[in-house]
Amino acid sequence: MAIETQPEMAQGSGGGTSARGGRRPWWMRPAMHTALVGAFVGYLLGHLLGNFLAGAGNAQYPNLALSDSSDWPIVLGYVLAIIGWLAGLGVFNDLVRQMAGRPVNGAGSQEAETQGGLAKYFRYELDHKVVGIQYLVGMVIYFCTAGLFAMAIRTELLSPVHHVFTSQVYVEIVGEHGTMMMMLMTSVIVGPFGNYLVPLMIGSKRVAFPRVEALSFWLTPCAFIILLSGLLLGGFPFGWTGYAPLSIQSTVGADSYAVAFGLMGVSMILAGFNIIVTVICYRAPGMRWSRLPIFVWSMVATSFLFVLAAPVLVGGMYMLLMDRTAQTAFFEDSLGGSSYLYQNLFWFFGHPEVYILALPGFGIVMEILPVFTRKPLFAYKVACAGMIGVTLLSFFVWQHHLFDSGINPDMRPLFMLTTELISIPTGFIYLVALGTLWRAKIRLTVPMLFGFGMLFNFLIGGISGVFLSDVPADTTEHGSFFVMAHFHYTIMGGLIFAFMAGLYYWLPKMMGIKLNKRLGQWQFWLMFIAFNATFLPLFAVGMAGQPRRVFEYALNLQTLNDWVSISSFVLGFSILLFVINFVWSTVIVREREERNPWQSRGLEWQIASPPPPQNFEHIPVVLSAPYDYGVKDAQPVADLNPPVGVISAAIAGAAPIGAEA
Amino acid sequence: MAAAAVGEERPAGSTGPNHGLRIFLIWLPVALVADWLLYFVYGPHMPPGTMSTSAASQQFDIKVMSVMAAPVMAFVLIYIGYALVVWRREGDDQEDGPPIYGNARIQASWIAISSVIVLSLAGFGTYELAAPGFAGAGAGEGPSPIWKPTSGNVLQVQVIGQQWRFTYRYPQFGGFETTDLVLPVNEPVQFNVTSIDVIHSFWAYQLGVKADANPGVNNVAYTTPTHMGTVTVRCAELCGLWHGAMYNFGKVVSDSAFQAWAASTQTNLATITAMLPPYATSYDPTVVAQINAAMAKAGIAGANGYYYPPNDPVQP
Repeated sequence: MAIETQPEMAQGSGGGTSARGGRRPWWMRPAMHTALVGAFVGYLLGHLLGNFLAGAGNAQYPNLALSDSSDWPIVLGYVLAIIGWLAGLGVFNDLVRQMAGRPVNGAGSQEAETQGGLAKYFRYELDHKVVGIQYLVGMVIYFCTAGLFAMAIRTELLSPVHHVFTSQVYVEIVGEHGTMMMMLMTSVIVGPFGNYLVPLMIGSKRVAFPRVEALSFWLTPCAFIILLSGLLLGGFPFGWTGYAPLSIQSTVGADSYAVAFGLMGVSMILAGFNIIVTVICYRAPGMRWSRLPIFVWSMVATSFLFVLAAPVLVGGMYMLLMDRTAQTAFFEDSLGGSSYLYQNLFWFFGHPEVYILALPGFGIVMEILPVFTRKPLFAYKVACAGMIGVTLLSFFVWQHHLFDSGINPDMRPLFMLTTELISIPTGFIYLVALGTLWRAKIRLTVPMLFGFGMLFNFLIGGISGVFLSDVPADTTEHGSFFVMAHFHYTIMGGLIFAFMAGLYYWLPKMMGIKLNKRLGQWQFWLMFIAFNATFLPLFAVGMAGQPRRVFEYALNLQTLNDWVSISSFVLGFSILLFVINFVWSTVIVREREERNPWQSRGLEWQIASPPPPQNFEHIPVVLSAPYDYGVKDAQPVADLNPPVGVISAAIAGAAPIGAEA
Repeated sequence: MAAAAVGEERPAGSTGPNHGLRIFLIWLPVALVADWLLYFVYGPHMPPGTMSTSAASQQFDIKVMSVMAAPVMAFVLIYIGYALVVWRREGDDQEDGPPIYGNARIQASWIAISSVIVLSLAGFGTYELAAPGFAGAGAGEGPSPIWKPTSGNVLQVQVIGQQWRFTYRYPQFGGFETTDLVLPVNEPVQFNVTSIDVIHSFWAYQLGVKADANPGVNNVAYTTPTHMGTVTVRCAELCGLWHGAMYNFGKVVSDSAFQAWAASTQTNLATITAMLPPYATSYDPTVVAQINAAMAKAGIAGANGYYYPPNDPVQP
């Protein structure tokens, strides 16, 4: 019955050649609500099917019951819910039309113009700018949700003896916070800024694979809901790492972890491929690799990490699900498997992942530094080399997570070496930043404040990482709050501060409005101070012997823990300030921002704010590098109205445009 | 010193006030004072203390890393602070800065210096790990460690992790199993760490020992306690609901006190020891029920292993 509301059926019968929309009322058109209906129907079907399968030949489960005691109904429910979600969203509509020999809908961008309004943000839209905004709002929602879990953790840690939560609820919260942050924040910059800005920065009217890009976004709310639904099934007691065999013997809530994380892995692969191909194939004439904005370089590097690391995650999660449902024994020692296999698979993805969480931050900070120092980027090639070096080396360090695990102990010097080597290309980023600051004319705008905040925090995060790379020192620090403070400094202090810098820098471009500067400054100082007050003491707490993910700790550490907890609430409030500023500036005040408020040479700033649906009226011809600040009679960055014939000549390869520049 | 050269490189290419020299002159005393404080004042009190050889080696490593890190950090922070003070635009200055695209000498020296620091730290860490006196630095080294203590007389202690408790077996004393960790001072100890359910991590904080307890694996770690006192043992790998409460306290006592304790415990627990599976480097998880029965009979409260319902896919 409910199946009939699924749009491809409806469109199959009545859609025909007419453009979608217009004829049917809004609630009949595929959007988020039909997706939810599809997911719900899919889940019910999968659940029934799973119970049927699990019951067949097994007297333990009654047939066709809504029982939650087996993994089959849960996993199949999730899988069919994903398919139902996508079907409800209309992802398969064009596919069905094509198979039926009907004309498909257009590439979306023209339609976006005509259909307008807020509704398009709830639909499967193919315009990369719509997808960017969808990602942006989605990521802020995911980040705030996971942040609330973090504050719940800190509430529990206010006292070493009195407990707010039961141990069951506490490990659920720890798992939800860690997993949600680590899986969804991979796309916190690639999603909103990568998808939105890369085509603008390289002078393209579109991305290479609009459908793949939109799909990569629409998998994230699905993963988010599935992960949250784990709470209804009793959660999962193994944090974000999901080490087998604990994750195999856990109750059905663990399925939500494996399905959601694997699904997010698919989303990463899709997003990565789209950006790689877009940058390689869709650069405007004259946009040579040596003129590529450094942010685009960081997106390319991150995308390569996506497509190379995430498949391992998807494989690992699939094996985990097989262990839990089909009773394979990949990770079960007593049945011939190996728990080390899971650790290897997980960290082979997991360590590149932390660079997925670092490189975009480098990219944003290096992108805004030249604008606000009014100088060219210092040592552009070193910056590129640094990011490429990090990308390559990040695949050779994963066993430093297993220094104490007893696996391959003789290899530890090698992994100690590779881990310490990776600080060389990371150091390049600081060389570039410091060199750019040399004799600069610093404009201390809000994005620049966050940029400095990122440089400060990441320095602490990076240097504490060197401590962790040393095996004897790591023996004290591994698994303690020291590690936790370290990666919060690199991810929260690096990535999220850079994300904030990017928001304050690019939101005027993306939405055409002014963000409140005063509130922005308040937010920065509150966030910066509260962040450091939260995480700096945690180095000491970890060194004093408090392991991660505990709810009972030594009595003498209570003062420090209380200080940290209270700071973390202030930190939460500073994020709330951003949300207030965002809503205040974009919904209530809506003060128009000029086209290029920062006097940036970036190509994206040379067009209207927000950019028109086609981005560029004509494909621009890029004439010079994006960072030629302070150069007398510097060429404009691009010719937005190139003479007729130049583009076709360039495409034909007849004339290397830009050679004359 | 390597980091000092970073500061000295800076003056190259500057005109007007010698910013590089100024930054260097601010940085040098800060770095020296920071290093002096870290090594001589704070250093002897750094975690994890000096209760054992491995703890001392870890403390030394952390000390050396701090001494290396402080000047680097001080340099970057002083540079950024200097830039924020000196290179801010004045008023509403719309001028651009000087177009400097790079400086081959500074780039080359930065890369060279950071490589030297990093490679020397890697060499230092490797030496600390493999040096005969440190015997693997207290970290878990898997079933066949190559870095061992030189002394032949090594006390064997098996650490068995289970949800959510550590127990200890002393094979040289008839293989009795107890929840008390007692060690003699100044005698090398070999911890044989294993698990009978999920992955735990045996972290004896003051001893500077950390080794994951993997099911079916014997993970060996060495240390030699050099001072008497109390040891905190915590689980350092999330192992389920009560991970947060999985800790106990051990003690390091004099050799004679240890011998007396071991002998009396061996006698007291003799009937239970007979019920236990014979000592082995790892145990099949199916012995859990057997061990629990033995422990319950003796009135020792272990985790009963019955948290997870029996119809779950894999029940150890």
